[in-house]
Amino acid sequence: MSATEVLRAPHPHEFDPYKLGHGNGGGHHDYATGHGEGGPASKRVIVGYGFWLFLLSDIVLFSCFFAAHAVLQTATAGGPTGPQLFDPFSVALETACLLTSSFTCGLSAVAAGVRNMLWTQVFLFITGILGLAFLLLEAHDFAAMMARGASPQISAFWSSFFAVVGCHGGHVTVGLLWLGTMMAQVFFKGFRPNIMRRLVCFNLFWHMLDIIWVALFTIVYLIGEGR
Amino acid sequence: MLGKLTLNAIPFDQPIPLIAGGLVFLVLIAVIAWVVIRGHLPYLWHEWITSVDHKRIGVMYTLLGLVMLLRGFIDAIMIRSQQALAFHAPGYLPPEHYDQVFSAHGTIMIFFAAMPLMIGLMNFAVPLQLGVRDVAFPTFNSTSFWLTATGALLVNLSLVIGEFSRAMWLPYPPLSEYRYSPDVGVDYYLWALQIAGVGTLLTGINFVTTILKIRAPGMSYLRMPVFCWTALAANLLIIAAFPVLTATLAMLLLDRYLGFHFFTNSGGGNMMMFVNLIWAWGHPEVYILVLPAFGIFSEVIATFSGKPLFGYRSMVAATMGICLISFLVWLHHFFTMGAGGDVNAVFGIATAIIAVPTGVKIFNWMFTMYGGRIRFTTPMLWALGFTVTFVIGGMTGVLVSVPPADFMVHNSLFLVAHFHNVIIGGVLFGAFAGVTYWFPKAFGFRLHEGWGKAAFWLSLAGFYITFVPLYAVGLLGMTRRLQTYDVAEWRPWVLAAGVGILVLCGALACQIMQFIVSIRQRELLRDLTGDPWNGRSLEWSTASPPPAFNFAVLPNVEGEEPYWEIKRRAIETQQLTAEPDYKPIEMPRNSPTGFITAFFCTITGFALIWHIWWMVGLGLFGAYVVFVWFAWRDREEHVIPAEDVAEADRARRRVRAQWLAQNEREEWLAAHAEVSEPA
Amino acid sequence: MESSAADARDNIRSRCRLRTVSRVLVVLVPAAALGGCAGGVLQPKGPIGAANAKILLDAVGIMSVIVVPTIVGLVAIGWWFRASNTRARYQPRFVYSGRLEIIVWSIPLLVIMFLGGLTWIGSHELDPFVPIASNAKDPPLEVQVISLDWKWLFIYPQQRVASVNELVIPAGTPVHFFLTSASVMNQFFVPQLGSMIATMNGMQTQLHLQADRPGSYYGLSAQFSGDGFSGMHFTVRAVSQDDFEHWVAATQQSGGPVLDRNGYFDLLRESCDVKPFTYHSADPALFAAIVKRNLPPGPGPYVGRAGPGVRPIGCG
Repeated sequence: MSATEVLRAPHPHEFDPYKLGHGNGGGHHDYATGHGEGGPASKRVIVGYGFWLFLLSDIVLFSCFFAAHAVLQTATAGGPTGPQLFDPFSVALETACLLTSSFTCGLSAVAAGVRNMLWTQVFLFITGILGLAFLLLEAHDFAAMMARGASPQISAFWSSFFAVVGCHGGHVTVGLLWLGTMMAQVFFKGFRPNIMRRLVCFNLFWHMLDIIWVALFTIVYLIGEGR
Repeated sequence: MLGKLTLNAIPFDQPIPLIAGGLVFLVLIAVIAWVVIRGHLPYLWHEWITSVDHKRIGVMYTLLGLVMLLRGFIDAIMIRSQQALAFHAPGYLPPEHYDQVFSAHGTIMIFFAAMPLMIGLMNFAVPLQLGVRDVAFPTFNSTSFWLTATGALLVNLSLVIGEFSRAMWLPYPPLSEYRYSPDVGVDYYLWALQIAGVGTLLTGINFVTTILKIRAPGMSYLRMPVFCWTALAANLLIIAAFPVLTATLAMLLLDRYLGFHFFTNSGGGNMMMFVNLIWAWGHPEVYILVLPAFGIFSEVIATFSGKPLFGYRSMVAATMGICLISFLVWLHHFFTMGAGGDVNAVFGIATAIIAVPTGVKIFNWMFTMYGGRIRFTTPMLWALGFTVTFVIGGMTGVLVSVPPADFMVHNSLFLVAHFHNVIIGGVLFGAFAGVTYWFPKAFGFRLHEGWGKAAFWLSLAGFYITFVPLYAVGLLGMTRRLQTYDVAEWRPWVLAAGVGILVLCGALACQIMQFIVSIRQRELLRDLTGDPWNGRSLEWSTASPPPAFNFAVLPNVEGEEPYWEIKRRAIETQQLTAEPDYKPIEMPRNSPTGFITAFFCTITGFALIWHIWWMVGLGLFGAYVVFVWFAWRDREEHVIPAEDVAEADRARRRVRAQWLAQNEREEWLAAHAEVSEPA
Repeated sequence: MESSAADARDNIRSRCRLRTVSRVLVVLVPAAALGGCAGGVLQPKGPIGAANAKILLDAVGIMSVIVVPTIVGLVAIGWWFRASNTRARYQPRFVYSGRLEIIVWSIPLLVIMFLGGLTWIGSHELDPFVPIASNAKDPPLEVQVISLDWKWLFIYPQQRVASVNELVIPAGTPVHFFLTSASVMNQFFVPQLGSMIATMNGMQTQLHLQADRPGSYYGLSAQFSGDGFSGMHFTVRAVSQDDFEHWVAATQQSGGPVLDRNGYFDLLRESCDVKPFTYHSADPALFAAIVKRNLPPGPGPYVGRAGPGVRPIGCG
């Protein structure tokens, strides 16, 4: 074989006419930046993407607690069952608080988008208040249930109930701490690109908590009640 | 004031852990003192501890992995020597100590040796192979490392303060529940893993984002080196699997600390749920470890055969196939729990199906070597040793995936031999291949070949002498984790395995000598070209060691083996590409975030283990303050001026020009031409 | 530890002499002399073990067809194409071949499909819950197995006797085991008789085994269960039907302890290297009560100071 032949593409087409073996020249000239082929994506895309992945992993975490709750549905060990102690009115009120807070959180993103400091802060504040109301209602619920003989130490069913609902509540608490920090950052630093990225992440987080709550409401309260 | 922690926690009555722990402690103090007195502390702080450079973090991960590998190996020696002595005799380790030793051995080897080694090599090589300057989230990368180090620290702390878990490397309840393990051992295990697990999860997010969103221009998915593909698969598995581990261990923690009833014997707890959940993480974990190793072997075999990888797309498909199926087989770890014929059969067959893509990989490596011009360097020897060993391990793996066969060897030393066969033969050989392969890139000089080859041959021999007897004694019915036994037929095999571990000790000595000799002879082993192996992917196109910014200009990728293409063009045209227009480069600033986070995690973890509640509060509060403080930081990047970039890159270009001058066009082309007639 | 096995043998011998049942003694002494002797899973002494071992060997055979040539190929190709071999043809363009790819995917696939069939049939036929098809006129012997910290309790509900760390069964008759655990998880395993099965608290598993010929077989726990785990082995004595009946009768008439609730609570406490002994009377309802968790689980170790001081009572 001559030297010039070597200079040809190393994977000649006669071996692999449909290019199944290798990707050489396989039509990848679409340099869309988001996909990394046209070089690294923008920082906004990277941060958002990474945070999405984190949220996915968080959803996997929740799904384990959901699975545990499903497995332990009947494991009340002679203690009280869920429907005996659930307070549907209070749960509905919590749902309303959380869903509304998600809406106001979205409004804060719109306000931040147009760089309106006042309305951004106002909507973030309302989001926080609603989140706090949710937490207080939940704490009140927990206290009421415990007063009527339910506690995580009573049975596996109540262990899984307090774990899954508590895990969500813990996430809301962390979200509130983050919210306070974000309000301060927006106030003192303004709408810089890095602050805007963090606001996007916070928004994603808060909406995910809503999605989790919808699943929780369905699986723990609705299906649990109907059992 | 100090919770459960009293002076009794220090095992004055147990000389072995006390002396071992004391020695480690003294060495640690000596090292720290030396560093401080010699004035190296500022260097360490600025260049390593707070570094967010993926190469530095990769090196630190690998070093952590190697140190912990040593610790885990010492545990292995203790296990094998105890069993060699304990025929009709108590041996030298009482049960409560022996149980800690094997629990620590498994925990350390998987979480703090194999994982850091693989993550370290990914950290070092993936951004270089993708032709970019860093990972997606450099500060998180540093945090991941320091959280893993925190976990390792807590495990080692249990040597001298309190004790480690006696409930196996996967703490099956109810044994690991407070009722049956009221000591702090299981708590050490749980908190060490929870903290390290968060670090690993961050790594997963970091690398998936990096591989999917940050690649050199033109590097489409099907142009990524196979190591990047396997790293992608492993990190996808981390994102999907590690939250399961976190949730499962959190449930066990709730049981132990707050009296919950997830897995207890009372209150309707269900220990089967733990076993299912933990293996839903545990089986993917096996592939998190072995897939990157497959990637390393693919790179090594292609490079040293002087050929592109055979069947690249098959390799990619096989990798992603394994990634998917690995989530559907967890039940094969407990066929003997009586799930019934249908369930066992489905999971058995699903498990066996994984052997198909794995077999494809073996064949593709074989065909990569076919028609190659194989150079038997140390990395290539590890790769060859791997292929043969892994085929045997794979076969015994398929064997135990057949439920009726598993009913006979489940939990026996046959099973122990099987997974050591795949983990040592796959993951560990892969790590050693990767370390010797990329070492010159990281430090600018190669490792000594003679000592490396000696280490390889002794490892291979030691491995077979240790584990073939364990296969045999497993078939004789010997179960794992026995502290004493009185069955005469088992004894010769156990003694033979004991001899094997002595050979492995020799291999270890050669490994250590390899590093010492190489460092002493570094001028002799210097790699000036940046391309010591005649490599094919982008990491070899930059200098050894690479500058902080990796590439002065991001390479433009036009093929599957971009660096080979660059070299070929240079030879063809007899000139390097035109000098680019150097621009200033923005790089992430070093940050102590990771170190300080890990500091507070260590305090909180230790306080939780010993129930020192005020210290828990202090640790958490400190963590929040640090979070706010760093959130307030404004300057996240620093700029490397264009002149510095130009200077570094011109030096590299000078070396490359020399290389070009040394390689005659016709000669080089002839050397790499296809030989149609045997010479 | 060293003396325990010998003690156990002595114990068995002395109890046998006390009972002075000569025929049992004839079977027992050689068996006891073999105590602590384990044949492997490849020397099965019963139908289940034989079937399992056959599947194990078949699977090895099937896979060897592909594994052995692969290993030979890897070594041969690696050696032939060494850089110093001038006779080897260098073919850097050999990087893809459609035909080879098809072969490469289909060979493992075919092997696995074949093996999958074996797995499917084997999993169903040898499911531990499935009874053994037997020509024996006698119905299967029922034995309830309870793993405790750290010994095995065998209750014979029909015979209303029980034994600890020694299982006596009639050879040639299928034995139907019902298994559970009083504390942590264990695996009941007699390598020469066949399948192992897990014992778990609050759950009941089942297992069918049969010993074809009289003999003494080593049994053990195949799941680490704590500090006394290494001592959790037992002897299975397969004896003739007549000898079994003699043994039952002798046990019923012996002056051993009674296994009622109180006797069970005594046994429940942690203890290591327990010498085999029998209960002359056993409450057959105990097992169900344990499975349903109507009885408290094993109490676990002494909870004292933290740190390495937590040791089981009666061990170490």
